[in-house]
Amino acid sequence: MTNYLDFEKPLAEIEGKAEELRAMARQNEEMDIEDEARALDRKAHALLQDLYKSLTPWRKCQVARHPERPHCRDYIEALFSEYTPLAGDRNFADDHAVMGGLARFDDQPVMVIGHEKGNDTKSRIERNFGMARPEGYRKAVRLMDMADRFGLPVVTLVDTPGAYPGKGAEERGQSEAIARATEKCLALRVPLVSVIIGEGGSGGAVAFATANRVAMLEHSVYSVISPEGCASILWKDAEKMREAAEALRLTAQDLHKLGVADRVIPEPLGGAHRDTTATITAVGEAIGAMLAEMSGLSAKKLLSDRRRKYLDIGSKGLAA
Amino acid sequence: MNWITNYVRPRINSIFSRREVPENLWSKCDECGTMLFHRELSNNLNVCTSCGHHMAITPRDRFRALFDGGLFSEVSVPEPLADPLQFRDQKKYPDRMKAAQKQTGEKEAMLVASGEIGRTPIVAAAQDFSFMGGSMGMYVGNAIIAAAEEAVKLKLPLILFSAAGGARMQEGILSLMQMPRTTVAVQMLKEAGLPYIVVLTHPTTGGVTASYAMLGDVQIAEPNALICFAGPRVIEQTIREKLPEGFQRAEYLLDHGMLDRVTPRTQMREELITITRMLMGLTPAIKGDLPAPGELSGDTADEAQTPTSDAPGNSGDASRG
Repeated sequence: MTNYLDFEKPLAEIEGKAEELRAMARQNEEMDIEDEARALDRKAHALLQDLYKSLTPWRKCQVARHPERPHCRDYIEALFSEYTPLAGDRNFADDHAVMGGLARFDDQPVMVIGHEKGNDTKSRIERNFGMARPEGYRKAVRLMDMADRFGLPVVTLVDTPGAYPGKGAEERGQSEAIARATEKCLALRVPLVSVIIGEGGSGGAVAFATANRVAMLEHSVYSVISPEGCASILWKDAEKMREAAEALRLTAQDLHKLGVADRVIPEPLGGAHRDTTATITAVGEAIGAMLAEMSGLSAKKLLSDRRRKYLDIGSKGLAA
Repeated sequence: MNWITNYVRPRINSIFSRREVPENLWSKCDECGTMLFHRELSNNLNVCTSCGHHMAITPRDRFRALFDGGLFSEVSVPEPLADPLQFRDQKKYPDRMKAAQKQTGEKEAMLVASGEIGRTPIVAAAQDFSFMGGSMGMYVGNAIIAAAEEAVKLKLPLILFSAAGGARMQEGILSLMQMPRTTVAVQMLKEAGLPYIVVLTHPTTGGVTASYAMLGDVQIAEPNALICFAGPRVIEQTIREKLPEGFQRAEYLLDHGMLDRVTPRTQMREELITITRMLMGLTPAIKGDLPAPGELSGDTADEAQTPTSDAPGNSGDASRG
């Protein structure tokens, strides 16, 4: 563990001490520190449980953005076989913030598409921190269209701070590209399932997540605007992001109540990054279950169910 | 008492209120600073008669100028849940709503109507930037769906005038969900083979641009309208460089292939009539001002190809035959 979030500082101290003790013991065979180290472990575990028992919405945003959280690539590598990336929008470029291609899920051929944030400085820059440009959405449209023609289910993995606010992205029709991707999601005659694995940032997320079934990881978030952005507009102070995160109702739990998320996938104690294998397995099970729910449904039913779902969203509010 | 309340007080009030009237008679053009007489300005659809700058116009004023004889019937919009998230920033959302309603005299940020333009029956929807920045929440979503359903029911084209800062943050994720919801509305029109024409007005930004406002069969913008997903300030902060002159303005988008046309407001009506009549397979429009549909006398009505109200699709079919 190298990356602690600000609210995990007390935890970092305890875990650091335990680590130190064990390092000392490795140098000096005669030292018996095991009891003491175990006590620290227990203390750390209790603290972790306490911290994660009820994360505030802002803390959830921080966990959702944790640099060590498993990313799209990790899921594709672990859950899909024969992944064959397909690149380019056939117009301008290949957007590395969006990865996608043919793959098998439980031996069944599918189209998998997702945002990739990268996991070190070099790959983060290459992936543009998961912020797609118009080419990314257009690539996704192309792949969804192909899936539609060949009858392959589409699986999308959403993890983006949002669309990229850049000059070129605007010039090349960012908004049109997002609108077309949402339109394509709603026109698919094949099953479309989506998992919000980290950040579901605004239009960039909608473009991929307008799906028959949407699952969210326990500490993932999905929002119309980032808490910082909302705070700077409504509170005129970006530092009010805690309040904004609270007001926006962007947690998986609230979105489940609102009918935007169909299921919430539990994360290991301390967040997805503390046990990536368990997280990825749980996501795999959720994808399998969601695809199974739709097996045997006609193209017409898949399409009309998806539209109905979106037309009905918002009718019940949080009370339900 | 009566004498005082009924006579003296109104007199006193009228003396004081009379002073305020002259201020409202003139408005200053935001662009060139010319003082414009209110009647002259409204006759010119809030376009500066001196420099051609397009100022905001309310949906109601726009519809009065758009529909024949200024007549239209409002299409009712299903009421969404009020304040679904119990949202509160520095003010409560319901308080912001009340203030906006008081200030604009409107219920919400979109007006939907049906009527005729150049004797061409249409459904129109217009967004009101003065109502909480025209922001797209559940009501605006419902309005667009209602407009599309009305158009499909009556087999009419839909003309939509967009103006919005984006999604309504106070409705959180539910405002974001209006992107797919309004996209379904556009798909209803496309599947029914009906034209969907978008007129982008200043400003149209954010989630609105990234959904129904960019999915028109024909995309027209008013001159110099700001049309973008991410606003210029956000981009400047991100890339830390100055943006070119006219960036994200209607003419810039036209140059970059994102629009079909940029058309001044004063010519918009004629253009919309021309385009919708061609897309609906109708005969060319008769030029010139037309009386309102209700004022038509029987002898002139036939030539102008009046639609019959019992079967709305008839007008299109008749001219095709």
